[in-house]
Amino acid sequence: MKKKRSVRRVNSVTSSRKEPLESLLRKDGLRLDGRGLDDLRPIRMEVGVLDNADGSAYIEHGRNKIVAAVYGPRELHPKHLALPDKALVRCEYRMATFSVEERKSPAPGRREVELSKVIRESLEPAIFVYKYPRATIDIFIQILQADGGTRCAGVTAAALALADAGVPMRDLVVGCAVGKIEGKVAVDLSDVEDKLGDGDMPIALMPTKKVITLLQCDGNLTPEEFKQALEKGIVACEKIYEMQRDVLIERYSKVRDEVTEEQREEEE
Amino acid sequence: MGYEKNGNNEDKIEDNVPVVETEAGKCFFERFQIVIPGSLLGKGRFKTGDGCYRENDAFYASVVGLADFREGFIMVVPLEGTYIPKEEDIVIGTVMDTRITSWRVDIRAPYDAILTASNFLEKPFSPVYDDVRDILNVGDVIVSKILSFDRTRDPILIAKGQGLGRLQSGRIIEILPTKVPRVIGKRGSMINLLKRETGCRIVVGQNGRIWISGRSFEDEYLVVQALKKIEREAHTSGLTDRVKDLIRNEKEKKRKESE
Repeated sequence: MKKKRSVRRVNSVTSSRKEPLESLLRKDGLRLDGRGLDDLRPIRMEVGVLDNADGSAYIEHGRNKIVAAVYGPRELHPKHLALPDKALVRCEYRMATFSVEERKSPAPGRREVELSKVIRESLEPAIFVYKYPRATIDIFIQILQADGGTRCAGVTAAALALADAGVPMRDLVVGCAVGKIEGKVAVDLSDVEDKLGDGDMPIALMPTKKVITLLQCDGNLTPEEFKQALEKGIVACEKIYEMQRDVLIERYSKVRDEVTEEQREEEE
Repeated sequence: MGYEKNGNNEDKIEDNVPVVETEAGKCFFERFQIVIPGSLLGKGRFKTGDGCYRENDAFYASVVGLADFREGFIMVVPLEGTYIPKEEDIVIGTVMDTRITSWRVDIRAPYDAILTASNFLEKPFSPVYDDVRDILNVGDVIVSKILSFDRTRDPILIAKGQGLGRLQSGRIIEILPTKVPRVIGKRGSMINLLKRETGCRIVVGQNGRIWISGRSFEDEYLVVQALKKIEREAHTSGLTDRVKDLIRNEKEKKRKESE
């Protein structure tokens, strides 16, 4: 099912143009934002940004800005939801009213409820839920600014927040989208590419366990394109995983380095 | 399980990873290296300690923490995490609710603790004549011990006996429960240092609540400063000496100011 090309719904990269967009690829073969087909957008992550949450993370994935907060394992209310053998994982994905070009209604919509479920199911296999029977682990993902691929960036941020909260996990979870623009497979679609492109396939996986926990696809992909997209997506996810790992370790190694620095100064 | 082709889902061991050969198998970390969930820790016939899990013969970390190998165990000392009750732990709790013969106590765990009147009072308690709210009311703080806890039942507390009971003065600060072992130190070295240097009375709850009572506000504040330093630098070595320096420097500063 090919999406209709409409210029009205497209964000600022294209809406400033007077004439409708002709192609998502420039004449030199690069994408509109100057990336090659296999390039990721610039990514920045931070851990422990919120004081009141047990664990939190902030991610800037291209122009996406996302905060994730984790509470728990904590007592579950209402009590009748409690599971006798494992912790209940609850996830809330929510877009701020100002996160998109046209004001989004603050009421949770169909899309947000669905994405909450999808994200929860992509994170739950990584969490040792049976360690905390009758309790709950609450994950909140707030989209401050959206530019395509928020569910994947949300998963990446939520996994960092879970690790920061000290929730026991099998592995971190990383998300990244792959898609098809102008008949070619491209990694990490932006909002324009998602809306005007031919297909979009979000992937989330546990990189050291090599297990895929989220795989959705909309648009038209031939079996060959699907295979190619999956391979590229896995490579992209593994790149993001390295950043995730570094940011988690750096948080503590920084304090350690400071201390050894102080000690060395004292000795001198 | 796994998406790699040809079923090749073996863990890749990178070249720059340190390999330590032990009796039980190979360890892939330096002692007290910072690891994250999913980090490969070792391969062989280890025993699984806290903060890690086993898959066939491979051992992985499950939390962010410091990897360690001790007496055949592979373990990860966690740096973050909530308090999970354990029998015999001393915890500081706040009364949240009263029932006819018991109190519901918040101990910063995923489960509310129960303190029955018979576990708090030395004398018998009769719900006909006595009211639990006359003894402990909502908001009161108690030092208690966990009498029993398992995954099917909420923790039961006991708050009678030496060192246990209601707290009436002093102040309480909260730190991450995972850093409590550092606050106590090896055979109580850190906590004894704090008590000796500041002259404060201190009770450390395993749930990360710490009660401080000193002669003056300055003494208590000094302990708080030291505790915050310990919490921040819990994963570094030589901490006891640095805390000692901190307290002595602060004391020196105070003395000069007063002169």
